Amino acid sequence: MKALLPLSLSPQIHAVGQYLVRRLLTIIPTLIAISFVIFAVLDLAPGDPTSALPETIRPEIRQQIRKAMGLDEPFPVKYGLWMRQFFINEPLSLIENAFDIQIGDGEKRLRVTSWGSRGVPVMDMILERVPQTLWVVGLAYLVAIVIAVPIGVVSAIRQYSIFDQVGTFISLIGYSIPTFFTGLLMILLFSVKLKWFPMIYDTNLQIVDWNSFVEQLRQSAMPVAVLGFFQAAILARFTRSSMLDNIPMDYVRTATAKGFRERYVVIRHILRNSLIPVVTLIALGIPAIFSGAIITEQIFRVNGLGALLIGAIQLNDIPLVQTVTFIFACLIVAFNLIADVIYGILDPRIRYS
Amino acid sequence: MAVGTETASAENLASELPQRQHRTLWGDVWLRFRRHNLANVGVVVLVLLVVGVLAGPLIYTVDPEYSFIVDDIDSINQPPSVKYPMGTDDLGRDTLARNLFGGRISLAVGVVAMFVSITFGTLVGVLSGFFRRLDNPLMRFTDLMLALPSLPLLLVIIMLFRDTLKALLGPELGIFLLVVLVIGILGWMPTARVVRGSVLSIKEKEFVEAAVSVGTREPVILWQHILPNVLSPIIVSATLGVAAAILTESALSFLGLGFPSNVPTWGRLLFENKDFITQNPWLVIWPGMFISLTILSINFIGDGLRDALDPRQRR
Repeated sequence: MKALLPLSLSPQIHAVGQYLVRRLLTIIPTLIAISFVIFAVLDLAPGDPTSALPETIRPEIRQQIRKAMGLDEPFPVKYGLWMRQFFINEPLSLIENAFDIQIGDGEKRLRVTSWGSRGVPVMDMILERVPQTLWVVGLAYLVAIVIAVPIGVVSAIRQYSIFDQVGTFISLIGYSIPTFFTGLLMILLFSVKLKWFPMIYDTNLQIVDWNSFVEQLRQSAMPVAVLGFFQAAILARFTRSSMLDNIPMDYVRTATAKGFRERYVVIRHILRNSLIPVVTLIALGIPAIFSGAIITEQIFRVNGLGALLIGAIQLNDIPLVQTVTFIFACLIVAFNLIADVIYGILDPRIRYS
Repeated sequence: MAVGTETASAENLASELPQRQHRTLWGDVWLRFRRHNLANVGVVVLVLLVVGVLAGPLIYTVDPEYSFIVDDIDSINQPPSVKYPMGTDDLGRDTLARNLFGGRISLAVGVVAMFVSITFGTLVGVLSGFFRRLDNPLMRFTDLMLALPSLPLLLVIIMLFRDTLKALLGPELGIFLLVVLVIGILGWMPTARVVRGSVLSIKEKEFVEAAVSVGTREPVILWQHILPNVLSPIIVSATLGVAAAILTESALSFLGLGFPSNVPTWGRLLFENKDFITQNPWLVIWPGMFISLTILSINFIGDGLRDALDPRQRR
């Protein structure tokens, strides 16, 4: 293991590197297990993928279609083929597209294709939808962090003040009211009554000038607000309790006793330590906010990943559903790892051993 | 911390005999819970909601599926009035009656799914905390389950198995069982982790050591010494589990993948009526408000219970 990294790195970085390698190695079985679960659930499920085809197709042709789709193979063979497509063919095609190069015989390589849209590679469909989701989810998360962390900090410093009580109450409401209800309420208030924002998100909007940019901001306002409010509620609660854990610590008393001003102690001592778990939670929450976007996209008709998944489920488009679900799972695994690594980098007390 | 069997049975005695000075664990918990104002508000609201949906349809005997268009062509999308206390929907059906029936199902889903996830979570947690050999495999399994994206999987599983179970057990019971089982099975992991943590720490306590040293057998230690002491985290996660399950069911129904349209859960009502939001906003306000109130009150109660059951706060 030691030979994997140059010795010139500082011990801490070196330890993180070693830890990273070890964790990356454990990720492989995890991902295989997850892919197996997702594949098995979808494959062993009752229901015939040809059932969505027109009734007029004769049974023997139906049988041929099933054979062409590779549905007659035994389960392990199907799983093996899917694994090869997903872990080898798809990344290769992605690299080819990204760098505009040719690796081997690209034409012959079998890609995971959609059943719903007749042979369009699933990955292409997904890549088409990613920008919309990323825009909404990313903005919402930024808004949530910017709002929640200061509120949590002030709430904790002024514990039991009016600000704290109101803030705590609102954040409890924020994470108790489901996003699909806040979304509908916002539509009711801001689209129907006040007519400030459009009710439906227009994905075809091209940002070419200032006006279209403003239009993009207007139509993003409500989806971002709904998702952001929910996340902010969770983050604010967490920041507050993390601050409260640190305030009674001895090092805080030492700093105050040395005569530092309160502001300095709060920012340089308490905040720095309290934010370590908050940053971890922020990383861990990214996959969840992607799932949350499934609902938000449905409310505002944002044409993103979540909408793609719902549409695929309704059309019984198994390859598309498998891929999107697996991508969600990869996000969870990846951000778990990122959170662990960030935690170790920020908190030198954590030893990777 | 040591709660033997005597205190568990004394709990009922103590509440019946207030003149006794003896203080019990659960009596203390109750006292601390009563001091938590928001939690008390939560209890009142939740009791009102539960009594309302249970007794409501017995008092307010309007058929939730009956369309008043038959009597009066103008009775669609009515705002609240004396005749229709919550108005009517786009097919002229009474919104109050639909919400009352929907509430029954939403709450039932929450409670039953919670039982599924708590039973499973407690089982896994206790086994992996108590038996060293099971710990690693069970916790790896828990980690794997936690890495599964739950909402997409829920949607997929319900979509795929809906028709089979519908054919097997009928549209209502089949979907109910499916929704409840899937929510329960994808939601037990946090409970298992919390319970495992508690079991691990209690296992090292002196009273367990004492029990072991006098030759108590393992099952007895587990049932009589460890399980009563991990009740607090189980109760808290059960409470919050009900809220989570109701929320999940509503989300599924809101996406159109929960109950069929003749079973109007609150989430389903939101899904059906969201397109009529401009004509009759009341249609979404009522079910949304009921879901939010339920979850909010359960979360308040959960917060209160967590504080009340926390031994560090004991006076």
